[in-house]
This record gives sequence, structure tokens and C-alpha cells, in this order.
Amino acid sequence: MSVAFDPAEKFQSYAHPERLVTTGWLEAHLGMPGLVVVESDEDVLLYEVGHIPGAVKVDWHTELNDPVVRDYVDGAGFAALMNAKGISRDSTVVIYGDKSNWWAAYALWVFTLFGHSDVRLLDGGRGRWIAEGRTLTTEKAPVPLTDYPIVERDDSVVRAFKEDVLAHLGKPLIDVRSPEEYTGERTTAPAYPDEGALRAGHIPTAASVPWSRAANDDGTFRKLDELTAIYRDEAGLGDADEVIAYCRIGERSSHTWFVLKHLLGIPHVRNYDGSWTEWGSAVRVPIVTGAEPGATDRR
Amino acid sequence: MTSLPSSLPSSLAEIRDDFLSFEQKDRLQLLLEFSNELPELPERYRDHPELFERVEECQSPVFLFVDVSAEGRVGVHATAPAESPTTRGFASILAQGLSGLTSTAVLEVPDDFPMQLGLTAAVSPLRLRGMTGMLWRIKRQVAEKSVA
Repeated sequence: MSVAFDPAEKFQSYAHPERLVTTGWLEAHLGMPGLVVVESDEDVLLYEVGHIPGAVKVDWHTELNDPVVRDYVDGAGFAALMNAKGISRDSTVVIYGDKSNWWAAYALWVFTLFGHSDVRLLDGGRGRWIAEGRTLTTEKAPVPLTDYPIVERDDSVVRAFKEDVLAHLGKPLIDVRSPEEYTGERTTAPAYPDEGALRAGHIPTAASVPWSRAANDDGTFRKLDELTAIYRDEAGLGDADEVIAYCRIGERSSHTWFVLKHLLGIPHVRNYDGSWTEWGSAVRVPIVTGAEPGATDRR
Repeated sequence: MTSLPSSLPSSLAEIRDDFLSFEQKDRLQLLLEFSNELPELPERYRDHPELFERVEECQSPVFLFVDVSAEGRVGVHATAPAESPTTRGFASILAQGLSGLTSTAVLEVPDDFPMQLGLTAAVSPLRLRGMTGMLWRIKRQVAEKSVA
């Protein structure tokens, strides 16, 4: 059972306006049958401090990732997670989170791997909800009994692996990390601790378009004409392109993936979740340092 | 059960044992309690940001200041934003667990104390490294201030 779309005017110019809801819409629809609100944060305790009434928490580290292998949970694991959160296959899922929705977009992307059809982001995320003085609660809502089917994860459409990226060189690649990470000055975002990449720089030919350019200061997405100027005009992306986005562990690039796929409507966009923590430590993969994208030829 | 290092001061050993006595989920709850109980800065330090050192290993703005009394007792003071409860919890553990100890006792705390709390499955490595950074900075400040 799907909940009606948010008719907000801002969204109508986007390719897929049904992928976003406003804070006002969400507040008005809380508790509606068929709607499940999910908070997904970088900080594992933030939900406990206070969350949108009725929202459940999905943690990227302990719940979406496999505990042993660097991968996501499998079909059975995802079904169990959905049942633990009271989500049905036909639920409308609205995800929000901290850090301008990085982890919310990451969770949405993982839901996409399992083909969950109606999954949306709260424009502006947790920050905007709080800035507008809307209600938070520490109460946990009762979780209804659901029977989510076991659906195998499909990694072929929106996910790229290292081998895919190697074969992709020459086609559009978007590096969404900070300029310092792109040039190779550092391996982590400014003010972020080291997550263990041995080499610094970027994947040859990748264009540098930091994720934050797609967001306004309040964490909402920029309007379509602004996004078009950045990604289509400046980065030269078109609907016929196959695009891969990457960052450090795949969370910031999920944000850009969402923008390219759902707001600009570019059909073939994948997220390389191995990202720099894999590429920057892999043996004999080509790396370029400095501000220029560089060529595909190996040194 | 593996034997745990005995060099931990009793204040930290107690905190560690509390964490380890719980299941994973309740360990996070305990961390949240620490987060809520991060001691306020004493009046005399409140308007002196210049005294505080930023913990670069943490992504959230965490600031530390250590004082050592004439009797050689350490005081650990920290601030961390409410919207970063995990980091706040770590700062609180160290502020509460280390304050009141002698300089020598603080300097002898094993650098891997953050890894002994049984949180590695629940908290990403990046976070725990932030706590290691805090401990390292506290020890460095204690060493500097004990010499002077």
C-alpha cells in the first residue's frame, strides 16, 4: 500500500519528484497506514537522543553491512531487518538522517539493491526537521508484525565493483570527495579520521564534483536548474552516459547517486561503494594525483 | 575468558567491566548514559576556548583541556556537541574515568583502552579511533603539564 506523493512545487521539476517529501508533508502524514519513517545516521546513538515520532532506526554499520565480509546483508538478512522494523514489501519508506542525509541516501541506495520500490528521502533530513522546531521524541513506537519476502540483492544495476570501475575507465566517473582528497593531499575528508587508504589521489579520468555542491546550506537539495548547471553543463553528464560515482566508503557518493538518478533522471548511474578505501589500498590500480583528472593510461 | 590487562586504574576498570557485563545493545545504552553525563566545564574554564585543544581524530568538534593540580591530580575537561552523542559518550568516559587520578596513573593507561570496552561490533572503527585520539591527547597534555 503506497502513500500519496508529496505534491510540493519544488519537486515537480525533478525527474522523479516521488522520491522526495518535505518536512511539512511528513509531519502531516505521520502515522498514516502504509508509511514507515526510517532514521539512518552516521552517529549510532543519535536516534536515541530524539527522533521523529514513530520513526524506526536503521544503522548502516550494524544493520546494513554484513558483520564479517565487506558487503551488505543478503536477501534473508534484509528480510529479517525489514521485519524487525515493521516494513512490508509495499510500505512507503521515508528515510532521513544527519549530515545532510548522507547515510539516509546510503540506506535508500541499499533498499534499492533489494528492489524496494517506494523509498523516499526527507528533503533536508534531520537537520531541517529540528531547525523548523518540529517534534522529536525518545519513545519507541510499537513495530507492527510484517512478513517481508526474501528478495535476493541485485548488484548489477546500481552498484559498481572495482573490476567494473577498471573496465569503465574512459566513461564518466564522478569523485564526490573534498578537493583535498581528490588531489591527493590527504586520504580522508578534512576533520575526518583516517579510514585506512594507503595511497592518496583519485581514479584516472574522474571529475571532481564534491557531493556538497548538490545541497543547500540547510541540507535540502538544490533546485533542478542549479543541479543541471553543475552536473550536465559543467561535468558534461548526459542521459546516454553510464556514470559511476565514488567517495571514501560509498556514503557521500550515495547522495550524489540519488541526485543523478532521481533528481536529474540520468538512467544509468552506479555507486562504487568500495570507493577510495578500496581503490586507494588496492595493488597496481592506476591513481592520479593533482587537480587534473588525468588519462586512462597506466604509468 | 581472556585475561584483561591489570594496569587499568580501578575507575576505568569499573567502566570497562560495566560495558562488558552487558549485551551489545545495552552497551550502546550505557554509552548514551555517559553521553548525557558529560560533566559541565568548571566555571573558571567556561569562557576560555583558547585553553582547549581540538581532537583532530574526531569528525565532530571535540575539545579537551587537562589540568594537573599542585598535588599531582589530573582533571580532564571536554566539550562535544549534543548532536554527536557517540563522541560525547567517549569524552565523558575519559573525563569521568581519568579525572582525580595521578599523572602517573593516567600515563600508564594502555593506549588501546577504547578497544577494551567491547564496542567494536556496535561502533564503527572510525569512531573508536576518535576515542583513541582523545586518550592520546590527554596523556600528552598530562605529560607536558606534569614536567612544568
